[in-house]
Amino acid sequence: MSASPSLRSVSGAARTKDVAFRIAMLACLTASALVLGLLIFDVMRDGLPKLNSALLSNFPSSQAARAGLQPALMGTIWLIAVCLVFIVPVGVATAVYLEEYADSSKWWNRLIEVNIQNLAAIPSIVYGILGLAFLVRGPLSLGRVVLAGGLTLGLLVLPVVIISGREAIRAVPPSIREGSMALGATQWQTIWKQVLPASIPGIATGVILALSRAIGETAPLIVVGAATFINFNPSGLVGDGGGFSALPIQIFNWISSPQEEFKQLAAAGIVLLLGVLVIMNGAAIYLRNRFENKW
Amino acid sequence: MVLGASRRRTGEAVIRALLFMAALLSVLTTVGIVFSLSAGTIAFFGDVGIGEFLTGTEWSPLFSDPKFGVLPLVTGTLLVTAIALVVAIPLGLGTAIYLAEYAKPRTRKILKPMIELLAGIPTIVFGYFALTYFTPAILNGLLGLDVPVFNALSAGIVMGFMVLPTVASISEDAMSAVPRSLREGAFGLGANKLQVSLRVVVPAALSGIVAAIVLGVSRAIGETMIVLVAAGQQPNLTFDPRESVETMTTFIAATAKGDIASGSTAYKTIFAVGMTLFLMTMAMNAIAIRFVRRYRQVYE
Repeated sequence: MSASPSLRSVSGAARTKDVAFRIAMLACLTASALVLGLLIFDVMRDGLPKLNSALLSNFPSSQAARAGLQPALMGTIWLIAVCLVFIVPVGVATAVYLEEYADSSKWWNRLIEVNIQNLAAIPSIVYGILGLAFLVRGPLSLGRVVLAGGLTLGLLVLPVVIISGREAIRAVPPSIREGSMALGATQWQTIWKQVLPASIPGIATGVILALSRAIGETAPLIVVGAATFINFNPSGLVGDGGGFSALPIQIFNWISSPQEEFKQLAAAGIVLLLGVLVIMNGAAIYLRNRFENKW
Repeated sequence: MVLGASRRRTGEAVIRALLFMAALLSVLTTVGIVFSLSAGTIAFFGDVGIGEFLTGTEWSPLFSDPKFGVLPLVTGTLLVTAIALVVAIPLGLGTAIYLAEYAKPRTRKILKPMIELLAGIPTIVFGYFALTYFTPAILNGLLGLDVPVFNALSAGIVMGFMVLPTVASISEDAMSAVPRSLREGAFGLGANKLQVSLRVVVPAALSGIVAAIVLGVSRAIGETMIVLVAAGQQPNLTFDPRESVETMTTFIAATAKGDIASGSTAYKTIFAVGMTLFLMTMAMNAIAIRFVRRYRQVYE
């Protein structure tokens, strides 16, 4: 690919510019790495000393020394559970419909596809408004409860599950379907017994990535009303025991405090949050590499 | 067997209908969003004139003498977005060019996920970073700018790094989709990598690059937490990046956080501002989809 030596010597200035450009492009890439490094360094420095069992088991308090995030952690676990139960059946069913049944020459199927693309681009806070208007107040009037928060997050990350589910289903070669149908299986039997089992790794990866996005979302939860002071663990999906906080909400509340000690608690919460995300993303990568079918 | 077969067919039809209903839920989500925003916005314009909302220069809906001019929120959003783009466009495109044109396949396989790692970090974490590190240590310490604790500059720059992976990743896809033959033709004419990158690959991938930038804009406009934590929440009609600003998203979050009565005008402002935000991001998204289609038509 490189030019001949004689050409290089002819245009020495061009060669210098070429090298300078290469270095500049590399510098752009290094800048993001540097910021990522600084960010992790900053959070670790502030947060690691505070990350201990008391932080995990204590309840929020006006005194930084006694404050902890147990209700927030429990709240996040409840939210993620609701989210999981919602997104897996709905997301997979949508993906199966679009890949296996939908005739894309029909306008309604194209509408569904375009709509999913658009949903992925709507700001997360707008989902919060939807949750506030339909789930917390308005038609369902559930109040500020786990079910409302979990469903709001579920609607927000549903496109991730659908899009990765479709890719996983599409990766199953047609010959598998044809073989199954030729043996007399119906379309659904083929999907249930052949296509879905073969695409589980891809679907699971998408679900984990969707949940890892849901765990870190703060803005929609603030809008559906999670930011109030909560000093108990959730004990139900709805009703009086349904009140909840969440990890990013607790972090936000601590950041908003003017006292330095609370900012350190926020950093400790962030270290915990990032740790959970690293584990989840690691699991997703492992699943993808370990169980990826080579047809 | 005829009976069995027809029963099986009924079952198949029922399953198909169930799957279709699941797919329909995503359409219903959009309908729900549009409906809730419109209903709230229409109710809001029953209390406040459209003229005051769109052209007023003061925003103080929670004061005893409330003012409902949305312009300070729009300029606040645009200011932070502009700062973010000043960071994200050059760095994102530089990253994309390096990954697409210079990096060896193996380095690219390591570097690209690392850039995407930035996209996976919750935005509240970026907010913390902007407030506790970037403003005091970089802006005030390293650069000696003497900015206040809450300012648009810090939020905007840090947001730039949040948006960067979107810009880099989509433009890299577009650049990688440029056929090898175009590059080889240019090399054959004696061009070097700089010339090939800037005069062949970038122009050929331009519609994809524009789409990446537009999607970046849309992410920046819709981002809440970085600005909520680091930019203050002062609805200033200003383009001075050192000042504290309030964006549309942060107003919504801050207002919904307080326990406000359902029928009050303050509650309705959430929907009017949400509608403004929704329309702006949808317009951006529509533009991006158009551009993406264009580059797909050319090379795939």
